[in-house]
Amino acid sequence: MTTGTLNPRLAEIVDDFTSMPGKERLQLLLEFSDDLPALPERYADRRDLLEQVPECQSPLFLAVEVDDGDVVHLFFDAPPEAPTTRGFASILQAGLDGLGADEVLATPDEFTGQLGLNDLVSPLRLRGMAAMLSRIKRQIRSQRAG
Amino acid sequence: MALPYDSAAKFQDYAHPEVLVSTDWLAEHLDDPGLVVAESDEDVLLYETGHIPGAVKLDWHTELNEPDTRDYVDGQGFARLMSEKGISRDTTLVLYGDRNNWWAAYALWVATLFGHPDVRLLDGGRAKWIAEDRPLTRDAPERVPAGYPVIDRDDTRIRAFRSQVEQHLGRPMIDVRSPGEYSGELLHMPDYPQEGAVRGGHIPGARSVPWARAAAEDGTFRERKELEGIYAGEAGLQPGDDIVVYCRIGERSSHTWFVLQHLLGYPHVRNYDGSWTEWGNSVRVPIKRGETP
Repeated sequence: MTTGTLNPRLAEIVDDFTSMPGKERLQLLLEFSDDLPALPERYADRRDLLEQVPECQSPLFLAVEVDDGDVVHLFFDAPPEAPTTRGFASILQAGLDGLGADEVLATPDEFTGQLGLNDLVSPLRLRGMAAMLSRIKRQIRSQRAG
Repeated sequence: MALPYDSAAKFQDYAHPEVLVSTDWLAEHLDDPGLVVAESDEDVLLYETGHIPGAVKLDWHTELNEPDTRDYVDGQGFARLMSEKGISRDTTLVLYGDRNNWWAAYALWVATLFGHPDVRLLDGGRAKWIAEDRPLTRDAPERVPAGYPVIDRDDTRIRAFRSQVEQHLGRPMIDVRSPGEYSGELLHMPDYPQEGAVRGGHIPGARSVPWARAAAEDGTFRERKELEGIYAGEAGLQPGDDIVVYCRIGERSSHTWFVLQHLLGYPHVRNYDGSWTEWGNSVRVPIKRGETP
């Protein structure tokens, strides 16, 4: 288990979710889903550069870049027919993209359970988001090691 | 009052044509009193992105399931759920969803455990409705709660439990998972535990017929002759057979149950919902690895 604290952006997202009643949380997840940025051109035709996350129930691909300043950039691709997966990806994008690598690595693995979505989405589906986070961390570690 | 059946020619070849409606039929009857349309998807948010106007949402994970007992809701729970969604015992319930109606077929199977008299699937499901440019909306439907009676769930006819499957060894069984799951190659990736089992393979004697083979390219069910070629021809099932179908948690196999029971008219088909997540993890039950039954 990673122990760490949520960065302020992610903490605010968690706060947004948990401060509203159940049904509205799904609407918020839908908004995240709608807002997931499209892949930039350099990835759009190069699926082979992306890592697949098979733990998600629907296809999800992600790319992680750690730049020279140790800043993390995240890219996701999931089809419109998979709005939950898109929503999870979009939360991670909004909460982690542009942060320092150490800050991303410090994100507690269990944060996906803090969004108040367990009963609405089911723990099984939430596992997909936990898997995305762990793959992001693993990529950061391996890119730094490389 | 039940709605009229869809007289589409394709359906008349099936053993029970009354369990299917076409997109044309649904478009025509969408505003009829006595009809409730429910969407059931793998993706819990897909309904919210846009659904058939007036359709309610029915989610397996969060609504049909009783997680504390790994069971389905009981008679009271089902009555409460149906009432909330404006479904009464005499409602014609039409289900549809994503992925070739995989979850919609599951919901239909659960509704059948409670003996809902008139429940049908939309042939082709969500994908066909969208492919035909038919309307979708994000507006939540206004449904007046209905009174649904408390009906005891009947687990004896179309549901199989592990001990019954152990007794069933040597008789016809269909494993509807992917070939990799059937042979035992696929469990889960190292370091990423998921909805898996400690052993890979299949129940000895079960034949492999991946569930989606029953669906055509557009998500509709294949015609009866093609289905017979697959299940009677290739898998060797006989109409009078006592048949058990299973997958990982019983959802994909509901689709095959629907095909065998309703489209081909086999009277004795049970879905083993414990499926591989139970069998593959159980102590002292046999499995078989590899590509042969």
